[in-house]
Amino acid sequence: MSSSRIAAHVRDIPRSGIRDFFEIVQSMKDVISLGIGEPDFVTPWHIREAAVYSLEKGKTGYTSNLGSPRLRRSISTYVAKHFSVEYNSHDEIIVTVGVSEAIDLALRALLNRGDEVLYHEPCYVSYAPTISLAGGVPIAVPTRAEDHFTLRAAALEKAVTPKARVLMLNFPTNPTGAVMPLDELERISAFAVKHDLVVLTDEIYSELNYDEVPHHSVAALPGMKDRTIFLHGFSKAFAMTGWRIGFACGPADIIEAMMKIHQYSILCAPIMGQEAAVEALEHGEPSVARMREEYRLRRNFIVSSLNDAGIPCHLPKGAFYVFPDIRGTGLTSKEFSFQLLEAKKVAVVPGTAFGPSGEGYVRCSYAAAMDQIKIACERISDFVRPLGKR
Amino acid sequence: MDSLIRILRNNSAIPRADIARQLCLSEAEVTAKIAKLEADGTILGYQAVINREQWDTESVTAVIEVRVTPEREGGFDRIANRIAGFEEVESVYLMSGGYDLLVIVDGRSLREVASFVADKLSTIEAVQSCATRFRLKTYKENGMRHALEEAPERLSVTP
Repeated sequence: MSSSRIAAHVRDIPRSGIRDFFEIVQSMKDVISLGIGEPDFVTPWHIREAAVYSLEKGKTGYTSNLGSPRLRRSISTYVAKHFSVEYNSHDEIIVTVGVSEAIDLALRALLNRGDEVLYHEPCYVSYAPTISLAGGVPIAVPTRAEDHFTLRAAALEKAVTPKARVLMLNFPTNPTGAVMPLDELERISAFAVKHDLVVLTDEIYSELNYDEVPHHSVAALPGMKDRTIFLHGFSKAFAMTGWRIGFACGPADIIEAMMKIHQYSILCAPIMGQEAAVEALEHGEPSVARMREEYRLRRNFIVSSLNDAGIPCHLPKGAFYVFPDIRGTGLTSKEFSFQLLEAKKVAVVPGTAFGPSGEGYVRCSYAAAMDQIKIACERISDFVRPLGKR
Repeated sequence: MDSLIRILRNNSAIPRADIARQLCLSEAEVTAKIAKLEADGTILGYQAVINREQWDTESVTAVIEVRVTPEREGGFDRIANRIAGFEEVESVYLMSGGYDLLVIVDGRSLREVASFVADKLSTIEAVQSCATRFRLKTYKENGMRHALEEAPERLSVTP
């Protein structure tokens, strides 16, 4: 079979760094995985129960392309309450198949061929490929451990060119757990205004914020609503990854353009997930609070254990990942991850899976049971001890 | 303190060193906090939650709704404490609604519980009536499910 059957722009996308690793882990037995980017909690029962009830009532049809009106109203209320931005449920909100689809729709709706998109790195694995597939040019802006992986407006200024159209943000961040202090977020919004950029803000981890300072959305900053597409979903905070429900809120003209693509490629997000999402938004906050508290305890545990093992690891303020610095072992991220897996049967993800600037780090997810985290940390400690410190 | 109590309520057998890591405290600080909670009577004790389907299947548990005449001095407390004093009694609660005290009694057999109710409970002067019901099966107790659910499968590495 000739590879020329595949379109060049798809062929040129490199294979996901996580994929090879996944296949090796999957083939091994008794591995403790800290490599999982989804909650270990099952969706809270009241949400599952609401979905079962909606099936019993026979809610099995299509919904409006934009998503069910009831869900959009719930989203509008929830976003106003938690993020202090008001969106009209009629034409400023679209329900998508996860945030992943929303990112794809937004980029395809906004980009002309050759337009540049700025995003911070290390970042979620889909950003650069999704930008490329939409005809854009990905411009990675590295974040640094010494800044706790927050994004600096000064770093953006160095990377921006007249071709830049979009700035993508993801705070709290997968894989670093970084959150943005308000003052730096204000500098970044001023940067976006100065360069007339549309901001695509993926705030999927916003409820999982362990800082005393509440989460701030860039969409809520003065003058930003009209140039921001706010993306959120149910996968992380509500432990609903498999339901595949996300949403985008933004200016009506952009939501309309996103809807054009969505209606022809997807038609609508599955109704069962939308029904569950209504229940999640309207009654799910106590469940979210319970899970957040559990994540917070695990985060403290894993950070303290890794530091004691001699692997420097800052205390991230959000998401459910830690991003320890493994440079002291003398190994690359990939070597560290593969050798740890081989020797101790613990899976962590090489930092380079999240972009070249992740070199020297690995991502450990603490969305795993406490006893598993404890054993994994003991094994990591055993693994690094003979490697010594450089 | 809330986090510490939540951790202990969930699993009091967890090593103090692990609690310390979870709360960003030293082990000595955790030990001191727990000692304080024990000393001031916030923590009354520690127990294991037992699956009775697997151990001691012969014993029975009765849930007894008791109506009592409150006393002029002491109200319900004195009579409730009197009932609580029997070692067969596992729990006693003052309730709102159609009866006054909910008494949970453990016995080795139906006969033993029946004789406790007939000879000891209902003969207390203030007790007006007892409605005794027997527990048939436990599904969840102290927040713990008795039939263990199998954990759903997850992919081992995801982005």
